Amino acid sequence: MVCEMGGDYLSDMEVEVLPSMWPVDLGNELGKQFNIEIPGASQELLEEVAIVEDPSVVDFKRLLELTNYSERGSSQLAYLVKQWEFKQNNAVRLLKEELDILSKQRQEVELKKLEILEAHRFEEDKYVGDKRPVSILDEGYDIWETIPRRRNEIVVQNSNFEIDSEYDSVKYWKQRAKELEKLLEESTRREQRLQDKLQENIENLARQSSPVEELSQILKRADNFLHFVLQNAPVVIGHQDKDLRYRFIYNPHPTLQEEEIIGRTDVEIFTGAGVKESQDFKKEVLERGLPAKREITFETELFGSKTFLIYVEPVFSKAGDTIGVNYMGMDITDQVIKREKMAKLREEIAVQKAKETELNKTIHITEETMRAKQMLATMSHEIRSPLSGVVSMAEILANSKLDPEQRQLLDVMLSSGDLVLQLINDILDLSKVESGVMKLEAAKFRPREVVKHVLQTAAASLQKELTLEGHITDDVPLEVIGDVLRIRQILTNLISNAVKFTHEGKVGVNLYVIPEPDCGHSGRCTQTVSDAQSSDSRKARVEDSIPAYPSNSYVEGGVSDEQPGSARIKASASLDDDKEDSLETKVWLRCDVYDTGIGIPEKALPSLFKKYMQVSADHARKYGGTGLGLAICKQLVELMGGHLTVSSQEHHGSTFTFELPCRVPLKRVHSDDTDEEISDMLDHDATMDDDEAKVGHFCFKPRTLGTLFSSGGPIARAKLLNNTINMQRSLPKETYSLPMSIHTTNDSAQVKNSCSATDTIDSSGSKFPREPMDIDNNESIIEEERKKNDQVCPQVNGCRSGSAELDALSYPSDNCSQPRQMSCSDPDNGNEKKQSCETSCKSQEHANRSLDSSGLSKAQSQAKILLVEDNKINIMVTQSMMKQLGHKIDIVNNGVEAVRAVQSCRYDLILMDVCMPIMDGLQATQLIRSFEETGNWDAAREAGVEGLPSCSGSQSSSQEALESWNRIPIIAMTANALAESVAECLANGMDSFVAKPVTFQKLKHCLQNYLSV
Amino acid sequence: MLGLGATQLEDDMHRLLSSLFHQGVLDDHFSQLQRLQDHDSPNFVVEVVSIYFRESEKLLTTLRALLLERECTDYKKMGTHLNRLMGSSSSIGANRVRNVCVALRTFSERSNRAGCINSLEQLEYEQCLLKSKLHELFQLEQQRLMASGLGYGYHSIMLD
Repeated sequence: MVCEMGGDYLSDMEVEVLPSMWPVDLGNELGKQFNIEIPGASQELLEEVAIVEDPSVVDFKRLLELTNYSERGSSQLAYLVKQWEFKQNNAVRLLKEELDILSKQRQEVELKKLEILEAHRFEEDKYVGDKRPVSILDEGYDIWETIPRRRNEIVVQNSNFEIDSEYDSVKYWKQRAKELEKLLEESTRREQRLQDKLQENIENLARQSSPVEELSQILKRADNFLHFVLQNAPVVIGHQDKDLRYRFIYNPHPTLQEEEIIGRTDVEIFTGAGVKESQDFKKEVLERGLPAKREITFETELFGSKTFLIYVEPVFSKAGDTIGVNYMGMDITDQVIKREKMAKLREEIAVQKAKETELNKTIHITEETMRAKQMLATMSHEIRSPLSGVVSMAEILANSKLDPEQRQLLDVMLSSGDLVLQLINDILDLSKVESGVMKLEAAKFRPREVVKHVLQTAAASLQKELTLEGHITDDVPLEVIGDVLRIRQILTNLISNAVKFTHEGKVGVNLYVIPEPDCGHSGRCTQTVSDAQSSDSRKARVEDSIPAYPSNSYVEGGVSDEQPGSARIKASASLDDDKEDSLETKVWLRCDVYDTGIGIPEKALPSLFKKYMQVSADHARKYGGTGLGLAICKQLVELMGGHLTVSSQEHHGSTFTFELPCRVPLKRVHSDDTDEEISDMLDHDATMDDDEAKVGHFCFKPRTLGTLFSSGGPIARAKLLNNTINMQRSLPKETYSLPMSIHTTNDSAQVKNSCSATDTIDSSGSKFPREPMDIDNNESIIEEERKKNDQVCPQVNGCRSGSAELDALSYPSDNCSQPRQMSCSDPDNGNEKKQSCETSCKSQEHANRSLDSSGLSKAQSQAKILLVEDNKINIMVTQSMMKQLGHKIDIVNNGVEAVRAVQSCRYDLILMDVCMPIMDGLQATQLIRSFEETGNWDAAREAGVEGLPSCSGSQSSSQEALESWNRIPIIAMTANALAESVAECLANGMDSFVAKPVTFQKLKHCLQNYLSV
Repeated sequence: MLGLGATQLEDDMHRLLSSLFHQGVLDDHFSQLQRLQDHDSPNFVVEVVSIYFRESEKLLTTLRALLLERECTDYKKMGTHLNRLMGSSSSIGANRVRNVCVALRTFSERSNRAGCINSLEQLEYEQCLLKSKLHELFQLEQQRLMASGLGYGYHSIMLD
């Protein structure tokens, strides 16, 4: 029984062999640090797959060093050792317990033996069985496989011996002794066996638990798993020492042998872009001691262009020094390429979108602009149509019989209408050009004639003393093809502009041929030529330009080439001769419009061609205009493929230059039909012969000035008078005879001529020339708009009577005879005076006279009153009041005019405004008083009043005049009815004053006091 | 029937005129102006007034330009323009315009820019008011003339 028991026990003991440190049957016990699974099947699989060539290359010495010196290595090692020690301890403890049990059992056995002996002695059976259960530690390991629990409880069963023999007999004792001896023997044997087993276990233990073996086993397993995981991953793992020499590298697709890598640095291993960078990066990590990631693109011979995401972490020694780096690189070339592609795509999309937005915006703006322009054009057109109706009706009305007042109103109406029409036409033109609607026509025309006619027209409407001249070089073709209407428009615009801003000197046009301008041409014609030198050089160039382009050069050559060309075309009967023209004979015409006017300040040049821009607000006020003219010119020129530039010197003049490409027509049949083709030209020019057509010089001198509206006003008029009077000797013979407007009749005298010139202003100044009217249309017109300067026309009205001398030469009531009488004037001074008076009155008043003959007779009996006033309203009101009071009055607008009026007429009363431009009432009064005292106008002349008769040779007559000359009552009209102002008036020789605004009562009172009729 | 309409319109005119006089927009000079209108010059008032507006609007523009465009306003020049405007305004009896002109001139004499701008704005307002009122008046008159069948409603010059 005991044997059986012992056998059981032993067999149990045998099972209890210490398990291996890396258990084979890991089973499903997960949750371990390594999470290693080794299923039976995959074990083989793993072994099958296992890479034949170990890709990882290890420098074991280094590993040893690492484990020795690096913190992590040593801790890992210590951990392993600790584990091992723990396991050993466990085993020792187990063995000790085992030993304890054994020794206890032995003690018991010995005890029993003693007991047996005693019992034997005492013959008492006191054998006690051992029932103690053996329990062994059952705690498990954290990491390692728990030591299997002792499954069996050792129970030593107490067995009672049964002895057959009779108690206390010898036999009995003998038997018993034998039994016991057997038992003892058995026990001893068992003990022996246990001891053997123990010995064996101890041996086994010692053999099995070699730490290095275990560790390497573990490592090997980890290694295998790592290989398994990493074998296809594009990952390179490595360790490099302090000098960045490789100590370990794992590369799934090695291209180099171990010995080629270990112990070398990156730079030594391979070359190319990125190598240095990665080396530097590793160095940086080494120095900074912080792990870092970076993307590096390699371009090496070894593996081509690849991008790696590199992770480098420093490895520290126990002392905290960096002793190397761990390095891990992943090939992300594909990702980088994709990423870059994506970025590119995104960028493209963004650009596309931005473009789209921009485009939409532009489209929107363009549409808006077009719509606005279209609307402008439509509106302008809509406005123009009814306005044309109004203007033409008014023109028809102007031909009917009207009283002067109605006519005056009608004239205002017409001029305003014309102005509005002009404005709207300008706007229309501009919007047409801008919206691309404007079509250019191609027609033959003669440039010389265009220049001539434009100058003629300008001269006819000239209101000041200016010389207009034109010069066309010989090389300019007789005929060219172009849009003559537009070219005329440009020329007219530029010339009228030049005239507007020129007060004396000349305005001229130079037309000549230039070689085709090169690209840099516009640069040459900068808009900032403003200093004297460049101005001079410009002039020089203009003058030189004639010899500079000799007649046999470019154009002439072209013209001479023309002949065979035309012959050829005729021969081929080509219908497409337009094209041929453009191919063969294109000519660039350059036209300078120069003046000696006020010039343009340099700062205003850039904005000169902008719409609605004028040089300054002051200019706008002084000269009027909408500021559209130049913009239109520029746009038109550019539309024709040319360019318009300007050079100017302030106070000295400006030159506007435009260059246009024109085609020269082929001279098919040089015969009469040429004239017919120039349909545009004025009819009466059509008949002129070629010699006449080739005239290259035109000059319009101010001789024919007949206007009273000139900016110079009376001054100009006075000069004109002198001119007229001294006509016999001073008539410039070389002057180009200005063809007068059509209605000018055969032998009308010079003055009549001048009147008709005035007439011409009226008609040609407007866009829609009215029918030439008879002479009584020639009255003065209050039309500020047309004159475009501040000068109010002097209205020296009704100076036809009043003084005895003048009466002596009583006028024939037939006004038509007056001019003739004028023209045969004698040089007598008194007559001259009278004459000038007459002239000044004539053009304004004889219409009134002719219509109002009753007024004429009445006026002669009336007192002559002069109103000196600049305010239109006041003029109208006063005039009207006077009319109601039964007086007709003469009106002038400032002191200078007043002095002149007094000089030419006798007045019974002067109503003098105090505040007036040019010369105020006080000074005028002084001058008049001075004349009354001295009998000459020296004071006035000194004061700058021009056009007064010279005193030489007229002393007697002026003395004579003085005798009959009473002191003219001069009444101040002042809004400043303050005491000192009144005193001032009186001190300056005025007799009284009327406070403004004038009333019936005041006027009446005043007239009663001073007109002692 | 025509006569009735004319009477009605005449009443309206009188009412408008008296209100303008009452408000001080116009004064006696306007009546004088009206008295100056006769068969010889049937549209005298309209003519004068339209010239007045043409002139005064130019002057106002000038004044405004003088005040705003320059850094240092030319007050002397302003004074000249103001005198003109005052003269015209008082001639046609635009009482309130004239009064504002006086104020503006005072400011300009003292070189008070802010005051000038203020007054100028007031002036423009008064001008506007006057214009619209007179326009109304003339329209009434025209209608009256047409209603009364007088053929000489020659109103070619309108107030704009």
